[in-house]
Amino acid sequence: MAKGIAVIGDSESIKGFSAVGLDIFPCDDSEGAGQLIRRLADSDSYAIIYLTEELYNCSQKERGRYEEKLTPAIIPIPGVKGNSQTGRRRLSGFVEKAVGSDIIFNN
Amino acid sequence: MAIMNVNPTRMQLSKLKKQLITAVRGHKMLKDKRDELMRQFLDLVRETKDLREKVETELENCNAHFVNASAVMSKESLDCSLLSPKQRLSVEVGAKNVMSVEIPQFETSARTSGEGDIFPYGFAFTSFELDDAVQSLDTVLPDLIKLAQYEKSCELMSAEIEKTRRRVNSLEHVMIPRYQETIKYISMKLEENDRSSRTRLMKVKDMLLDKAHHYSA
Repeated sequence: MAKGIAVIGDSESIKGFSAVGLDIFPCDDSEGAGQLIRRLADSDSYAIIYLTEELYNCSQKERGRYEEKLTPAIIPIPGVKGNSQTGRRRLSGFVEKAVGSDIIFNN
Repeated sequence: MAIMNVNPTRMQLSKLKKQLITAVRGHKMLKDKRDELMRQFLDLVRETKDLREKVETELENCNAHFVNASAVMSKESLDCSLLSPKQRLSVEVGAKNVMSVEIPQFETSARTSGEGDIFPYGFAFTSFELDDAVQSLDTVLPDLIKLAQYEKSCELMSAEIEKTRRRVNSLEHVMIPRYQETIKYISMKLEENDRSSRTRLMKVKDMLLDKAHHYSA
């Protein structure tokens, strides 16, 4: 089944994505983001959900439910406010989980 | 290491020996699985790291383009131009099995056919900065989707590696030593029983001989 791609974040950061064919869901507060993630993920019509780093960091509980599943992939992207290295930290967390200590990012 | 709570019988001994063989074989296989998963995971993580750095720089560029565009256009007209998208991406989700871990494969298909046929607005009333912005976002999009696929794969693989590592460790440090100890305990107990019954028989023989012939060995 063909699924869509969703982008959640503050409207300034994400408005461009609608022009290239992604579905945008403007959202500014963490509470709304949590509900939105749950709604989009449970509807099972989105394969990828991009989240701005800001919202990514404050929606840990909601994201946790979909970690083990194949879809949706919930991926942090930098917003207009700049890059806070969330994606990098996330990757380094994976390495730490698998290897026991971070051997890729610590140099 | 504590031994298992079992009866020291031959039946139990042969059962435990079979279990030990299975445990050792399972341990070897899981260890191989862990090593191979780890190798593939580390390759993937390195690739993902480079891709993420690239995508983040490109996205920052896109954001800068959009800021430029919003500087020369009014907010209303900018929002208005992006309001009704022409393009729509859909993703076909497949799964690939890597050492028993299902990782996603995303295949995208677009509604509009032509490359560059993405601008959802007429060029008359918009600035060229907006064209730049949309164009740059369109260029980064394939990488962005690839990044999602890679990162999700990393996430699933790291969870599986952790699970496998725990299994390997529990087999190596708990299950196998426990089986070995228990097998040792049972075989020693059986030998002991054997010896004690043999001495008893010898003793009985002596007593019978003594009774019949007043013969003492």
